[in-house]
Amino acid sequence: MFTIYNRRRLLNYFNLSASALAMLTGLLALGWILWTLLSFGFHGLSLNVFTQNTPPPGNSGGLLNAIVGSILMTVIGTLIGTPIGIMAGTYLAEFGQRGWLAPVTRFINDILLSAPSIIIGLFVYEVYVATSKHFSGWAGAFALALLVIPVVVRTTEDTLALIPDTLREAAAALGAPRWKIVTLVTWRAAKAGMMTGILLAVARISGETAPLLFTALNNQFWSSDMNAPMANLPVVIFQMAMSPYDDWHHLAWAGALLITGTVLILSIIARFLFKKEKISF
Amino acid sequence: METSAKISLRNLDFFYGKAHALKDINLDIPAHQVTAFIGPSGCGKSTLLRTLNRMYDLYPGQRAEGQILLDGKDILDKATDLNKLRARIGMVFQKPTPFPMSIYNNIAFGIKLYESPTRSEMDDRVEWALKKAALWDEVKDKLGESGYSLSGGQQQRLCIARGIAVKPEVLLLDEPASSLDPISTARIEELIHELKTDYTIIIVTHSMQQAARVSDYTAYMYLGEMMEFDKTDVIFTNPSKKETEDYITGKFG
Repeated sequence: MFTIYNRRRLLNYFNLSASALAMLTGLLALGWILWTLLSFGFHGLSLNVFTQNTPPPGNSGGLLNAIVGSILMTVIGTLIGTPIGIMAGTYLAEFGQRGWLAPVTRFINDILLSAPSIIIGLFVYEVYVATSKHFSGWAGAFALALLVIPVVVRTTEDTLALIPDTLREAAAALGAPRWKIVTLVTWRAAKAGMMTGILLAVARISGETAPLLFTALNNQFWSSDMNAPMANLPVVIFQMAMSPYDDWHHLAWAGALLITGTVLILSIIARFLFKKEKISF
Repeated sequence: METSAKISLRNLDFFYGKAHALKDINLDIPAHQVTAFIGPSGCGKSTLLRTLNRMYDLYPGQRAEGQILLDGKDILDKATDLNKLRARIGMVFQKPTPFPMSIYNNIAFGIKLYESPTRSEMDDRVEWALKKAALWDEVKDKLGESGYSLSGGQQQRLCIARGIAVKPEVLLLDEPASSLDPISTARIEELIHELKTDYTIIIVTHSMQQAARVSDYTAYMYLGEMMEFDKTDVIFTNPSKKETEDYITGKFG
């Protein structure tokens, strides 16, 4: 007997299996990548990675200067990009109901959000590196800041949009001026979401290679001078992976593992923050 | 009317964009009394309440025409300082809206906007407001905890305490008990009784029993018009209009 009930049950079974299969395929690919990374990465990892600078051709060494360079540029890029992103996102969510400026800003921000990062690198090369006539850590940090801004603008606006208007009205009803409502009430209510956005932005820029290729370039030696070319993990990984030396390949894997580990930790922190501070309305 | 009017509405019209939500409202709201706005959903009672502290000003496209006289001064006048106006007219909303901060700071927030008391003055003021809202005994040992840690009824009393703390002259209550259980509702109604000696209170409510219990005057609204306004016992026992009687007796709405 082929009733409508049995037919639906069969269809449900079929669709469920297809979905499970699709999920498995995705997980398998992801697991494979992670497994390769972990096995090669741990093989390349040693104390030297953290204590020695990048080696000259044919020699062995570590990644110290690249790690420090990456941290410096990521931190400075985040410090520059975050306040701008938060201000713009707040403007869009809290003050942008009237006029043409907000929709235009939102549109441009969306374009910036999906722009290939190599374009950002080329842009900074054109306006900063080409005019100052040298590659530098600053240029790298600026390029990374340009990647931070759209992410933070977006997450800030989205999080603030989730805050119910009644909360703003409640503060306004006490006679609070607009800027106090935003800084003391809505930002506070949206804190967890905004922090998550910043951490996601950091996670995104910590693996970016293209924007650093034309800006910070690379530096084989120890340097913390932001006005000079600066070593950084993504470009070092790129160059070492292209080299013919085996121990350079190992170092590249170790670097890739470090970046992935950092992103993982940041994601976990972001998750944790968002869960803990979630406010139910 | 024996008592003097705290707020007088003169030919008040209100628009949401092109929609005409309030039509030529004329009303004198007496000082130190509880006035209730009743009527079916969409009749404009909440809209009317939100014109009294110009809350609608936060949103583009909403506008009021006519006059709203607070102690004889028109608050619809362009020169009105909105923040100062709202400090004089407190408001409590349908859903509890505690701020994302401690219970203490929820109360202190409004006070700090217009005064700069010392630490001990502030402590006294917070205690006074929480006592007035009948919440002090329940929270006195956990003033540092988040406002969200309280139950719905406690949160709503916290919001009332917050509104009282800035010592406004008028208190607007927008269905303050609609999301609360009967016990919390009873406490809030008691509170309204106690507060009317100091404040002029205006309450919007869906519950006719509540209007009958807590208010001295009642306004019945329908489709944006003020149908009838009188003492609550007159409205509920001997309304002059057929429509009011139908609504009160449940034949309609």
